Amino acid sequence: MNLSILIILPLITTFAILFVKGLKQVRTVALIGSAAQFLLSLDLLFVYWKERAAGNTTQFLFDFDYTWFAPLNIHYHIGVDGISVAMILLTSFVVIAGVLVSWTQETLNKEFFFLLLFLSVGAYGYFISLDIFTLFFFLEVAVIPKFLLIGIWGSGKKEYSAMKLALMLMGGSGLVFVGLAGLYFNTSINGAHSFDLIQISQMHIDIAAQKLFFPFAFVGFGIFTALFPFHTWVPDGHSSAPTAASMFLAGISMKLGGYGCLRVATYLMPDAAHYYSWVIILLATIAIIYGAFATMMQKDLKYINAYSSVSHCGFVLLGIGMLTQTSITGAVLQMVSHGLMTALFFAAIGMIYSRTHTRMVEQLGGLLKVIPFISTVFVIAGLCSLGLPGFSGFVAEMTVFMGSWQNPDQWYRLATILACASIVVTAVYILRATGKTVMGPITDLHYHGLADATWNEKVATGILIIGIVAIGVAPFWINQLVTPGAENIFQHLGNVLK
Amino acid sequence: MGTDFFILMKQELVIIAIIFVLLFIKVGSKEWKNENILNLVNVLLLFNFVIGFFWNEDGILFNEMFRTNKLIVTEKSILSLGTYIISLQSYSWLKNHKHVLEFYMLLLSTLVGMFFMISAGNLLMFYLGLELSTIPLAALANFDLEKRKSSEAAFKLIISSAFSSGLLLFGISLMYGTTGTLIFSEISQHLNGNPLQIFAFILLIAGFSFKISVVPFHLWTADVYEGAPVSVTSYLSVISKGAVLFVFVSVLYTVFKPLAATWYNMLFVLSVLTMITGNLFAIRQNNLKRFLAFSSIAQVGFILIGISGASQTGTASVIYFVLIYIFSNLGAFGVIGLVSALTGKENIEDYKAFYKTNPLLSWVLAISLFSLAGIPPTAGFFGKFFLLMAGAGQGNYILITIAALNMIVSLYYYLKVVKAIFMDENETPIEKLTIPASPKLALFICIAGIVLTGLMSYVYEYIFSLTSAF
Repeated sequence: MNLSILIILPLITTFAILFVKGLKQVRTVALIGSAAQFLLSLDLLFVYWKERAAGNTTQFLFDFDYTWFAPLNIHYHIGVDGISVAMILLTSFVVIAGVLVSWTQETLNKEFFFLLLFLSVGAYGYFISLDIFTLFFFLEVAVIPKFLLIGIWGSGKKEYSAMKLALMLMGGSGLVFVGLAGLYFNTSINGAHSFDLIQISQMHIDIAAQKLFFPFAFVGFGIFTALFPFHTWVPDGHSSAPTAASMFLAGISMKLGGYGCLRVATYLMPDAAHYYSWVIILLATIAIIYGAFATMMQKDLKYINAYSSVSHCGFVLLGIGMLTQTSITGAVLQMVSHGLMTALFFAAIGMIYSRTHTRMVEQLGGLLKVIPFISTVFVIAGLCSLGLPGFSGFVAEMTVFMGSWQNPDQWYRLATILACASIVVTAVYILRATGKTVMGPITDLHYHGLADATWNEKVATGILIIGIVAIGVAPFWINQLVTPGAENIFQHLGNVLK
Repeated sequence: MGTDFFILMKQELVIIAIIFVLLFIKVGSKEWKNENILNLVNVLLLFNFVIGFFWNEDGILFNEMFRTNKLIVTEKSILSLGTYIISLQSYSWLKNHKHVLEFYMLLLSTLVGMFFMISAGNLLMFYLGLELSTIPLAALANFDLEKRKSSEAAFKLIISSAFSSGLLLFGISLMYGTTGTLIFSEISQHLNGNPLQIFAFILLIAGFSFKISVVPFHLWTADVYEGAPVSVTSYLSVISKGAVLFVFVSVLYTVFKPLAATWYNMLFVLSVLTMITGNLFAIRQNNLKRFLAFSSIAQVGFILIGISGASQTGTASVIYFVLIYIFSNLGAFGVIGLVSALTGKENIEDYKAFYKTNPLLSWVLAISLFSLAGIPPTAGFFGKFFLLMAGAGQGNYILITIAALNMIVSLYYYLKVVKAIFMDENETPIEKLTIPASPKLALFICIAGIVLTGLMSYVYEYIFSLTSAF
């Protein structure tokens, strides 16, 4: 399979959008494009399985290498392993749901869908890159569309949030750049430097250099995934963004960071990953606990989900920091699970908000009686978030905890216990929020006249719920998909230890 | 001599020929319409750009006074392209101007000056080229004849240029005193780093720094940029800066190679100062021309990082960046110039809700600003990336980190303009503008350049292959 199609197809869609007029045509093109991409991702999954079943054990499949800038040895090198396939699937789920949720986006619809799909180009390109220059390129491609999406179509203090997000993410990529440059100049293949992920992983980077540049790369990517104390863009950005952009931000964009932490920082600088793992764990544990408690104090549904994202993404970083095979698998599962779950959550919140015109928990109530479908979706998202068995959240968090416990260090176990304990707090705020909004008496008379979900909203949430349940009920398939990739990373880390 | 002369100096000769054509039109009895003159000049400038691709030979003329090679020809072509774009963009402004012919005669003589400066193989020749390229510029800065600010700008420009020329001449004379020669290829053999030579070198650097507005020699920039007509401002900020940068790079790497340790530290300090000052001042600007002036100062700070790199990657990345900088900056100046010529508005506040009335121009401006900020997939990303990589090649990661942090600051002010255009409300936005064909073509070239120069790696590879020989 030629992976470049994953970039080219959304690019074609974005260009097609430029040439059509009116909401109806624009959204049709966007839907066709994202649906095609959705099918393509599923196809990728099956082709990938087939290839693996046929006994192909190469680390990265569908490898394609093209020399881009020869003087600097920059390549356009793409390929996928199980982890990337999982992330690509996640992206395509969230994109199609995002397009469907924005079905009635009237103001500046052309620009809206253009930017939405352009953002997805960045994400797809990012997940298939095997050259860290290309990876960095796609990482930054995704920054400005977010700024515009939030700033133009957002609500509340949108300009402030958009600017904060853009600057913090730019700061993140700045740090990533320093890390990448440092890596590059410490590689040597017959005197030439390399950006190639596979090549760098096979050579031994000087330990002093690793220790110097690991923090740059890890913190840089970490900013994207709400690493404490650089998480402050998350609540503002998420709450100001329009629904689809919130879904993209939490569902895809934050995962770029986690993937980068794993694939670039940890994988390419294994010694430093061991050296600094306690810092990662410390920050991740703080993020988990702080995020959970901060969520308790929130009254706005979007803020609740944004702060809980900080907490949940903490699990991703915790899993990476623990450096065991299971915990790394868990981190990837948590990325996928959180991506789907939080997208669903934001979709539900968006639907509630567009009907009731409020996101304040205290003003909502009894929605189950008037908009049962949306309320059910909302509850499902909530239950997934607190880790109820049967949904993806349980599988992912369970794997992270199992993996973390495998790390024998007592302090790491303490961190694991603390992180586990935060689940209780999660349950408190989720149950409180869902209980208050969905159950109880109807707080506002005009809620009686609310219409339930339209077909597009049903399809959008349906797709995400299918994803969540498919992981929650039958986790083995995604486990099988992700584990070989995680195993590779773990072995690479382990080899260094000896 | 003979045919050599015509082939090696083809670009200079074409420009001079154009000047003579304009002169004949001026003294001729027939009254030409402005539109026709503009179209004729644009065609001739395009011809001048195209000719840079043919009959390229290496060679030396006039006892090393004039030298040329493929790299130098490419540098001149880049400048020619920039001048062509500026000329297209000036259409709306010059259409009703009384002195179109004089404008072009002055403009093109500065271009010839820059060509000679780039080709110079001798400090005297270099000085002559530099002077030829600055004195007419002061007259050009004064070309909004009714505006007092314009004259003020011209006056500031001529005073500061004269001062920097003085420094430069002093440096040249001291250099001659210590080395006994003015020829580039011989100077480097006589450099041994004694204090007098270092002093002379510092004076030369100061002279250069004035022209490319490196902090602390930047004070003239903002006022001149604000007062001069937009076309002249854009010419000053890209073409004249680009030309001096080309010379700066080649002089540092070839002539002053023995003093590399000295100028490396100097560049480090200067580039940090320049980036930070340019960025911090740009945040506070309200007039878009002043804003771009400070942003261009910050850009020069980035370029200095590239220069501090090893010779080949350094040279290649600087030339590549200047090319991209021409596209991005002229894209931004093109829109600002159009709006300024048609409505007279130049402040960021006036651009609020610009998108509602002029979506196309808004996108052009936004993409240009993204390119200046270094956001992919625009070419600016690649340009900055390669500059910083060139700098990082020397192992100075402190400098790179400072630069990366400066990128955040610069993104902030570029996004401020984008925010005004796309997000802010405005009761009296700029009305819908009808764009004449020439500026449209210019903006199209800029956008095409911004998109393609980065993604198509051939441009960088071509420039890199040229630099390998020197």
